[in-house]
Amino acid sequence: MSATTIAPGPVKDAAVALALGRRRRRTDRMVRALCLGATLLGLAFLASILLTLTWRGFEAMSLRVFTMVTAPPGSEGGLLNAIVGSLIQALMGTAIGTPIGMLVGTYLAEYARGSKLGNAVRFVSDILLSAPSILIGLFVYQLMVLPFGGFSGWAGVAALAIIVIPIVVRTTEDMLQLIPNTLREAVIGLGAPKWRMIVLVCWRAAMSGIITGVLLAVARVAGETAPLLFTSLGNNAWSTDLSKPMSSLPVTIYSFAGSPFEDWIALAWAGALLITLGVLGLNILARSLLRSRI
Amino acid sequence: MGDVIFEWACKGAGLFVLVLLGAIIVELFIAGLPAFRAFGLAFITSADWDPVQEVFGAGVSIYGTLVTSILAILLAVPLAFGVAFFLTELAPPWMRRPVGTAVELLAAVPSIIYGMWGFFIIAPAFGTYIQPTIIDTVGELPVIGALFQGPPFGTGLFTAAFILAIMILPFIAATMRDVFEQVPPVYKESAYGLGATTWEVMKGVVLPYTRISVVGGVMLGLGRALGETMAVTFVIGNANRISSSLFGPGNTIASLVALEFGESEIGSLKLASLLALGFILFVLSFIVLAISRWLLRSRLKA
Repeated sequence: MSATTIAPGPVKDAAVALALGRRRRRTDRMVRALCLGATLLGLAFLASILLTLTWRGFEAMSLRVFTMVTAPPGSEGGLLNAIVGSLIQALMGTAIGTPIGMLVGTYLAEYARGSKLGNAVRFVSDILLSAPSILIGLFVYQLMVLPFGGFSGWAGVAALAIIVIPIVVRTTEDMLQLIPNTLREAVIGLGAPKWRMIVLVCWRAAMSGIITGVLLAVARVAGETAPLLFTSLGNNAWSTDLSKPMSSLPVTIYSFAGSPFEDWIALAWAGALLITLGVLGLNILARSLLRSRI
Repeated sequence: MGDVIFEWACKGAGLFVLVLLGAIIVELFIAGLPAFRAFGLAFITSADWDPVQEVFGAGVSIYGTLVTSILAILLAVPLAFGVAFFLTELAPPWMRRPVGTAVELLAAVPSIIYGMWGFFIIAPAFGTYIQPTIIDTVGELPVIGALFQGPPFGTGLFTAAFILAIMILPFIAATMRDVFEQVPPVYKESAYGLGATTWEVMKGVVLPYTRISVVGGVMLGLGRALGETMAVTFVIGNANRISSSLFGPGNTIASLVALEFGESEIGSLKLASLLALGFILFVLSFIVLAISRWLLRSRLKA
C-alpha cells in the first residue's frame, strides 16, 4: 500500500526504504534532543552560578561591606579597601594599556596590512590574548617587584595593563577594518595627511567599537586574580598609595574564601557577588552598545 | 612630519608588543635557570617535590596539567558542539541572540568565581552524589575501573577538569558557531534538496567543510585550560604526588605556582623551580595557541 508513496531511489525494496527513512529521522531527532540538552546544561551552569552568588552574596551584603575596611576574623569588617583598590588598579591598568593597544591596532589595520612585521605583531598579540595570566604576574614580579624591593600597586597596574593591550588591539584592528576604503580615499583626496585621516576620521568612525573593547578589557581585568597575587599582593589596611602593596577584590575573595572563618567566607561571597555583577554588567553594556551602533 | 611621527608611534607600539612576549619568555627562562642547572632535564620528568630536602621536579604538576586539560577537552567538546549546532541550525531566530549572549557571559565570569562555586557547590555535590555512584559502577569495571576508584573527596583532578570544561565551553562553542555560520548556504541547501536531515547536513557537509577550524577552536580551549589558575587551585586538592585515580588530589603547574609562590624565599631554589615551571607552562601554551591560530588562519584565507 505504502509502496506507491515512496519516491524512486537506490533502495528497491519499499519496506527497507521505509525502515531506513525512519532510522534516519530517529537519529536526527536524537541528535537534536542531545544538542538542546547540551545548551540547556550550559545555561543551567550559568543559572547555578548566578543563583548561588545571589543567594549567598545577598545574605552577606550589608552597608559595612562598603564602609569598612577588611578586618581580622571575628571583628567587624567590610571590603572598602578591596573595592577601591580594585577600581584603582583596573582603571589605571586600562588607562595605560588602552593607548598602546590602540596604536598597535592602528598599525595593524592602517600601516601593516599583509606585511611580515604586521603578521608577527598580530600573531604575538593573539598569543598574549590567551596566554595564562598567572605568567604575566610572574613576569611583572621579576621585572618590577624584585628590583624595586617589594610588592606595589604599580606592579599590579602594570600586570593588568599587559592583559588589556591585546584585547584593545583586537577590537581596534577589527573595527578599523570595517571602515570602507572610500572614506579614507575621500579624506586623503581633500589633501589631509594620513595621520589626520586616522585620528580624525577612522578613529572617530570606529569609536563605539573601540569603547566596547575597552569596556570588555575593564571587565576582564577587574576579575583577574592570578596576576595580582605576586604583584600588588593585597593589603588589609586602607591604602591608595600605588607604591605600596594594594588590596583588590579578587585577591581578597581568594584569601577569605579559603579561610576557615565563617564571617570571612560570608564577606568573600559578598565580594564575589559584587565583582560578578560588575563584570557581567559591563559585558552586557558593551554588547548592547555595539549592537545599537552597527 | 606629523605623518612620520604618527607612523613610528604605531610601529613602535607594535614592536613593543613583540618585545613584551620575548621578554616574558626570556625573563622566565633566566629566572628558572638555577632549577634547570640543579636538576637538568630530569626536572621535567621527576615526580619529587620536597621543599625540606630541596628536591624539586615538574613531573607531578605537568601530569596534573595535561590530565585535567585533556579531560576538560573531552567533556567540553561534545557540549560545545551541541551548543554551536543548536545556535546555528536548530534554535528559532528569536532565541539565538539571548542564548548566545548567555553562553558568552559564561566566558566572562571571572575564574575566581568558578573557583568558589566549584569549591562550595560542585565539590560537595560530587563527593556526596556523583563520585560514589561512579565508583560503585564504572569503578568496578576491569582496567578503566582503576581510574575511578578511591575515596570520594569531592575535590581532585576530575572535579578540576569538570570546572575547566565549563570554563572553556563558551570559547570552543563561540569558535564553532562562527565557522559553522561561514559555510556557504548553497552547500547546505544542496544537501537538504537531496533529502538529507539536519544532522546529516551537519555530519556530511558542515563538519567536513569546517573541520580544520573546529580543531583550531578545540586547541584554543586547550590553550586556555592549560594555564587556568584560580578555579583549579580551589578544587584540585593540592597534593604533590601522582595518584592513579582521577578522583585523587593533584596539582597543575598554575595551581602549584599560585599556592607555593607566597611561601618561597627570594633567591631560593624553590622560587627558581616555580619560575622554571612557569617557563614550561609558557612553552606548552605557546605551542598549543600557535597551532590553534595557524589552524584558524588557514580557514579564513581559503
